[in-house]
Amino acid sequence: MLEKALTGTKRYYGWMAALLAVIGVGFICYLWQFTFGLGLTGMSRDVSWGFYVAQFTFLVGVAASAVMVVLPYYLHNYKAFGRITILGEFLAVASVSMCILFIFVDLGQPIRIMNVILHPTPNSMLFWDMIVLNGYLFLNIIVGWKVLEAERNNVPPAGWLKPLIYLSIPWAVSIHTVTAYLYCGLPGRGFWLTAILAPRFLASAFAAGPAFLILLCMLVRKITKFDPGREQIQSLAKVVAYAISVNVFFFLCEVFVAFYSKIPEHTEHLKYLFVGLHGHGVLVPWMWASLILMVLAIILLVNPVTRKNETVLALACVAVFVGTWIDKGLGMISGGFVPNPLNHVTEYVPTLPELAISIGVWAVGFLILTALYKIAVTIKEEVEGLI
Amino acid sequence: MESSRRSFLKIAGISALGLGAKPVLDVMASSGEAAKPETIRDPKALLAKRWGMVIDTRKLQTEEDLKPMIDICNKIHNIPHFENHLHEIKWIWSEEFENDFPMQEADFLDDRLKHMPFLTLCNHCNVPPCVRVCPTKATFKREDGIVMMDYHRCIGCRFCMAACPYGSRSFNFRDPRPFIKKLYTGYPTRTKGVVEKCDFCAERLAVGEIPACVEVSKGAIAFGDLDDLNSEVRKLLRDNYAIRRKPALGTGPSVFYIV
Repeated sequence: MLEKALTGTKRYYGWMAALLAVIGVGFICYLWQFTFGLGLTGMSRDVSWGFYVAQFTFLVGVAASAVMVVLPYYLHNYKAFGRITILGEFLAVASVSMCILFIFVDLGQPIRIMNVILHPTPNSMLFWDMIVLNGYLFLNIIVGWKVLEAERNNVPPAGWLKPLIYLSIPWAVSIHTVTAYLYCGLPGRGFWLTAILAPRFLASAFAAGPAFLILLCMLVRKITKFDPGREQIQSLAKVVAYAISVNVFFFLCEVFVAFYSKIPEHTEHLKYLFVGLHGHGVLVPWMWASLILMVLAIILLVNPVTRKNETVLALACVAVFVGTWIDKGLGMISGGFVPNPLNHVTEYVPTLPELAISIGVWAVGFLILTALYKIAVTIKEEVEGLI
Repeated sequence: MESSRRSFLKIAGISALGLGAKPVLDVMASSGEAAKPETIRDPKALLAKRWGMVIDTRKLQTEEDLKPMIDICNKIHNIPHFENHLHEIKWIWSEEFENDFPMQEADFLDDRLKHMPFLTLCNHCNVPPCVRVCPTKATFKREDGIVMMDYHRCIGCRFCMAACPYGSRSFNFRDPRPFIKKLYTGYPTRTKGVVEKCDFCAERLAVGEIPACVEVSKGAIAFGDLDDLNSEVRKLLRDNYAIRRKPALGTGPSVFYIV
């Protein structure tokens, strides 16, 4: 089936070449970072995790969201999603690949990465994150690939796949839970020290992932002969509507606990993000934009009239994706580090090479996604006799 | 052709699994006494059950009083000096009361205490969060309570820096060697991409010397075994009221401040 990714239209080749060019720029910047050190980034002694770890956190969510199509189809026999499960699973594969790359580029001594396996340390959440992320990657590759192959050969999927499919459902929840545990178990980091961090992560994941999947479905319908289907898109839209509402609700719970208790360790980070602290507030406009986008999305998605209009739906999905990306990909990590444990305010702004490396990793993800979608969609077109 | 490729992949897969599982099995198997490596100890080495430090801040009033301790530490540990404060490496430095003791600030604190510099360093916690989160055991707690770094094992993930509630850890954002004023041959320099911090001068304890900052403190810092009732540190803690940084977090710092 892999050969399907090697042939295509001029537009397909052009897109892939453009991605490779972006990857090339990112790779050259990475070599620079590799020789100079992480001082090339905007990170510091006080804000010791930045853009890379934030992208990783956001993308774990996008990956986990595949469960939102897998679960209704396999557990509740919701037939409509059968058409798009493969799109969800392949999106997960591309996202987890990006996650692993973002962790890799964030390491100070990347050549020692195997130390995590040579000296296994179960009390470290990072050890478990490595296990769940790699496990999830393989589960989705195997399940997605074998089910697609069976579909092409017009036979039912092999019986041994069933347990793997069922396993992938709690496994999806686990990847984002363990990722939240990286942060929420740390004493002295008030912003993250909240039991609803994992639920918050899952809520924003189940909003951002399916919103992106809706946009991908619309794109697939536009540029190929395969139509993922209106019912499918509308069902996903309901998932996004609930998830984004729950995400904003969880955020308001955090705001209440922090500001009603008035415990400085909890309020200061939120103050930094939304109004600025001691004259520093580089993220303030971003955080308000994020909140406004998410609230706007709730209005557009909960209202059936606007949700059923696909143009408005597409806009709402962009709002969800950008809003949750700012929330997690910008605010969540920096917000936890500012102010630092000694109450000093050191701000973080990514540098240009850091952004180039990040965009390079995103391009790798899109390259994987495009190749996998090309395979899946071509096979769907063949099976349905469209080409 | 198909079957030979399949069997090759099978063998390759099983081999990879075996190689991957070996270190895990080694850990399981190494619980026996025989597997422990033998250590040769200097007969002069200073030993304790739990090393601790008591800083008498009444004797350290100004930045000038703190300078000798900070300088000697920087010198004998090859601490680089960076102009860019984002990349700073700090093992021992000075902070004001409200920064060291954020949850313990008193509203009407004496002006003298409010703006007095406090020595700030790794607390060598009894329950260290940094050790708990490290994915490679590159940072670990020794039997004598010292929280140490293995610069050769650290992968530079900086999880320990996020976990430390005292901001005691520094990361080598670039090669530190060109920024060391005068190379001291008694202690290793570090490479870029690893985390470092105060190690209670473990290298000096091993040859019978007390930590350098204690040595130059003219009696303002006491160092000894917190588990020994008759030690100087325990005597000081019996006779004076001492505070620790962020006690509510349950980390159990081994550095005490008499105020």
